Amino acid sequence: MKNKENILPVLKIKDLKKSFGENHVLNGFSMELFEGENLVIMGKSGSGKSVMIKCLVGLLQPDSGFIEIDGKNLVELKQQELNSLRTEIGFLFQGSALYDSMTVRENLEFPLRKRNINAADKEIMVTSTLESVGLKSAIDLMPEELSGGMKRRVALARALILKPKIIIYDEPTTGLDPITAKEIIELMKDIQLKYRTSSLIITHDIDCARVISNRMILLIDGINYAEGTFNELLAAKDKKIQAFFK
Amino acid sequence: MAISLKILQNIQSFLIEIGELSYFAGRFFKEAFSRPFEFKELLRQCFNMGNRSLLLVGVTGFILGLVFTLQSRPTLMEFGAESWMPSMVSISIVREIGPVIIALICAGKISSGIGAELGSMRVTEQIDAMEVSGTNPFKYLVVTRIMAATLMLPLLIIFGDAIALVGSAVIEYLKGDVSFLLYFNKVTKALKFSDIIPATSKSFFFGFAIGLVGCYKGYYCKKGTVGVGEASNSAVVYASMLLFIIDFIAVFISDIFFEI
Repeated sequence: MKNKENILPVLKIKDLKKSFGENHVLNGFSMELFEGENLVIMGKSGSGKSVMIKCLVGLLQPDSGFIEIDGKNLVELKQQELNSLRTEIGFLFQGSALYDSMTVRENLEFPLRKRNINAADKEIMVTSTLESVGLKSAIDLMPEELSGGMKRRVALARALILKPKIIIYDEPTTGLDPITAKEIIELMKDIQLKYRTSSLIITHDIDCARVISNRMILLIDGINYAEGTFNELLAAKDKKIQAFFK
Repeated sequence: MAISLKILQNIQSFLIEIGELSYFAGRFFKEAFSRPFEFKELLRQCFNMGNRSLLLVGVTGFILGLVFTLQSRPTLMEFGAESWMPSMVSISIVREIGPVIIALICAGKISSGIGAELGSMRVTEQIDAMEVSGTNPFKYLVVTRIMAATLMLPLLIIFGDAIALVGSAVIEYLKGDVSFLLYFNKVTKALKFSDIIPATSKSFFFGFAIGLVGCYKGYYCKKGTVGVGEASNSAVVYASMLLFIIDFIAVFISDIFFEI
């Protein structure tokens, strides 16, 4: 893991708060994600993980706090600036969220639509990205023809097509059988090495966290309750922390 | 006390819904005329809506013409006024029955289809995925669908009216020995611009209402498959109600400008 003292974070969240009526979901969550790092965030259901990542990509507006990507505070950006900043972030949705009326090729081409890229370059980008997730042969299939693991791979390819600096994985192994889950974890590691991305991984899967994380944050009661490497947290005496590893 | 409270709550939620729908319509006009435009998706939607509704509208129109002529014949014969059949049928169908019936059919097909499609996209996070990829989903999904419905409904109504008149002509030919040429000669003589223009104008509003309600219900669909079903169902109910309101207003206004 790189030395944090020398590397500037690619993503910085400070004192993030978000409530829905009387339900205070995030109560001042803060974190930093460094270049090339795999940061895993774990928390119970309803602990605010999904709300946090939705704030991170501008799908939800936080009540207060700031989210800094590339030196820009995402909370204050106008829609057009936000859309342009979003190209720096790849997002792998829990349910893959492939556009089911489009083929795999069209799904991958979708983020490239309004960019000045000619057809030949588009084709190269699509095929090479699909190749990197091992699904070049599925290029003309519809999402309904793909298995759960294949859908996850295609969704990852779509998230990678613009070569983002940061990839957010929302429960990447949920709903997959153990073998496919293992394959996806390996793929995430390969992608991280190949594209030199920084990864923010939201998961419940302890095996996934153990294999992939450089650092972990436990999100409890809307704050970053504990932070450290997998082994440091595993060795912690705190009962709330231990509950995650039982 | 409890009943009156419930009635008040229902009125309140109805008014909130009207407000939200108006805001949604306002957002449509704001986004529709700002760049970038999604022409390719608009054409795709126009093709889908027109092409997929053609058979249904055609069959409905044909049966409408058949039944309307069959039902009216005995009454007109009683007064010895069978020769008025082409004029009466054509004016009734073009002015009122055709646009309303075909719009209702399209409300069932197009509005519920949009509601279910956008609803399932919302539930499966496809709309979120679009937004995260830097695309404006409102412009891509909503604006194109409302515009396509607004543009295609008048065409579908004109097509449906024409087929209804063919259906009517078939009955006249079989029962009254009236040739197709004579029938359509009488139809063209009977129809005036004051019949066609208000009917065509209101069909644009019908299309807009069908697209708007379907998109609104689908775009703000609540989570879960139950939500998708509700979005689809309430899209049809709201769109149908809105069609009758628009029809009433359109007839009222055309009464001022055209002699009916």
